[in-house]
Amino acid sequence: MSAWLDILAGTPFWVATLRVATPLILGTLGVLLCERAGVLNLGIEGIMVAGAFSGWLTVYAGHGLWTGVLVAALTGAVFGLLHAWLTVGLALSQHVSGLGITMLATALSYYGYRVAFPKVSTPPTIEPFAPMDWLGIPVLDEQTPLTLLALLLVPLIAWGLQRTPLGLAVRMVGENPQAAEGQGIRVMAVRTGAIVAGSALMGVAGSFLTLSAFNAFYFNMVNGRGWICIALVVFASWRPGKALLGALLFAFFDALQLRLQQAGDAVLPYQLYLMLPYLLSILALVVMARRATYPQALMKPYRKGER
Amino acid sequence: MRLEKRPQVSHAALLLAPVAAVLFTLAVSGLLVLWAGAPVGRTYVLLAQGAFGSVFALTETLTRAVPLILTGLAAAVAFRAHLYNIGAEGQLYAGALAAVAVGGLHGGTGMEWSPYVLFPLIMLAAALAGALWLLGPALMKARLGVDEVVTTLLLNFVMLLLVSALLDGPMKDPTAMGWPQSVALQGDLELAKLVPQTRLHTGLLWALALAVLVWGLMARTVAGFRIRAVGANARAAAFAGVPVTRTVVLVALLSGGLAGLAGAIEVAGRTSYVTLDMSPGYGYSGIVIAMLAGLNPLGVVAAAIFVAGVLVGADSMSRAVGVPTYLADVIVATSLLAVLVAALFTQYRVRR
Repeated sequence: MSAWLDILAGTPFWVATLRVATPLILGTLGVLLCERAGVLNLGIEGIMVAGAFSGWLTVYAGHGLWTGVLVAALTGAVFGLLHAWLTVGLALSQHVSGLGITMLATALSYYGYRVAFPKVSTPPTIEPFAPMDWLGIPVLDEQTPLTLLALLLVPLIAWGLQRTPLGLAVRMVGENPQAAEGQGIRVMAVRTGAIVAGSALMGVAGSFLTLSAFNAFYFNMVNGRGWICIALVVFASWRPGKALLGALLFAFFDALQLRLQQAGDAVLPYQLYLMLPYLLSILALVVMARRATYPQALMKPYRKGER
Repeated sequence: MRLEKRPQVSHAALLLAPVAAVLFTLAVSGLLVLWAGAPVGRTYVLLAQGAFGSVFALTETLTRAVPLILTGLAAAVAFRAHLYNIGAEGQLYAGALAAVAVGGLHGGTGMEWSPYVLFPLIMLAAALAGALWLLGPALMKARLGVDEVVTTLLLNFVMLLLVSALLDGPMKDPTAMGWPQSVALQGDLELAKLVPQTRLHTGLLWALALAVLVWGLMARTVAGFRIRAVGANARAAAFAGVPVTRTVVLVALLSGGLAGLAGAIEVAGRTSYVTLDMSPGYGYSGIVIAMLAGLNPLGVVAAAIFVAGVLVGADSMSRAVGVPTYLADVIVATSLLAVLVAALFTQYRVRR
């Protein structure tokens, strides 16, 4: 019991929690934008890989860190545009298109990495984002600016969705595209925009891994974080505020299992601790399944004039 | 500009669509080959030779196709019923573990069973393990409305960690000098070689037989009709008296069972023990294969051989011209998206 208390009382634990949460917050907001507009985006896992790689490569090539973040966002946007064309423009299966994009984005990133670095065995490194020492707020001043960006985006997106005409349009095309069309909203354009913006956020989520959490690009570094974001959006009932809460809660347990694993007396195999995040995500889905209020038009393709 | 349903679908279009998709894929990956600084034509020739150019290459491709046929069938059956089983990777490992648990660990118990009894038991245990690993998500979908895509995906990660834990502990091979591999299947339980001096084993015949069996089940039986009905429109099927939950459970058992068999046949035919890297994503490739085949069980065989050829060919091509093997994954992913689009344009046309 005292081991638990020692962990919870220390600042490093909370610093780790917020660090683990950052890519999840960004990714979950990205998924949320797509799904509020009515489109599932299973491309997230691969888009995060592509964002992690392209952002890192940009910085490695001598450009600034923020340029790297921008390139990661653009990479995400390009894959988002492809997903939008396939699922909105051509009304193909959102499941299959998303999985295809995850495979394509992952394969392209790994291919690009091997073309750029055919022989290296230890991944080359960059100088990542520095902590914001100047901030003077405990826990937060040990984070990088990308964490601050993620935290600021939560109220911004919540406000945008609830209080602006554009946000209303996004929610309408996700709930009832026929009615939205009747109101003069261009359903295809709004959905495409939401997917592109959401995918850009997924790209930034990936870049956090290579430009802030670590300083190099590794194979399998995303490791299911994208799928966890998909689960977190259901847990959050498609609300940005609850998404933040879900990501923090999830990160809390993830950071805790890591500490327990280190402090542990090796009674249990370490793999059981590592399973915890995935099992928790499944549990969250089961608990919330009854209460979740899905966007009504989620996964329903829309063709003008067809019902 | 919008899409309009074609009044009638031409046979020429149906034949041309896959060809166009493959040509598009080759063009896109050709650009990537150029970027890597290799001659495009030679790269593709080497890739094709590495896959089908000699008896050895062909047997390697067919060996690789065995698990892919089975995971492809697993995805095809499930997707037909709109049960999006993305967890074949985990179910494959569940089957492999079960096979070794029954056919390797029992050696220490002192029981001496004939291989004729033990072999069917292994396959049964593997199919059951794979089926059970999918049953949870399927029940959660049917009863609670939990999206099965995410749960099956997440369970893949759980299974890999479980395999890792078991290879460190109860199933560890004590003679492997710390190498993470399980105890081996008993020698007399391994599948015979189909072509001597190659790795091709009789698992191929099992996979082909199962493809025909699944095709017959889907096309010719009441259960198959129900599966297709649930996939086409679950609400209408329920209204017509199809037991939807029971059908979804049946699909889950079938799909998970096929993926579990893929693991057991890999163990019995190729690796003889479980390792953490025995499947380089066969479960995920199975989804692509099922989609390439239009969810047709017999088409799965052809699609699996195509994907296996790309994977095997890329290995030997990469050794020769230095283009990264990940080109194979790009080709597979691009061909999936291209075939989807091409298939759509056989049904629809663009109108201004």
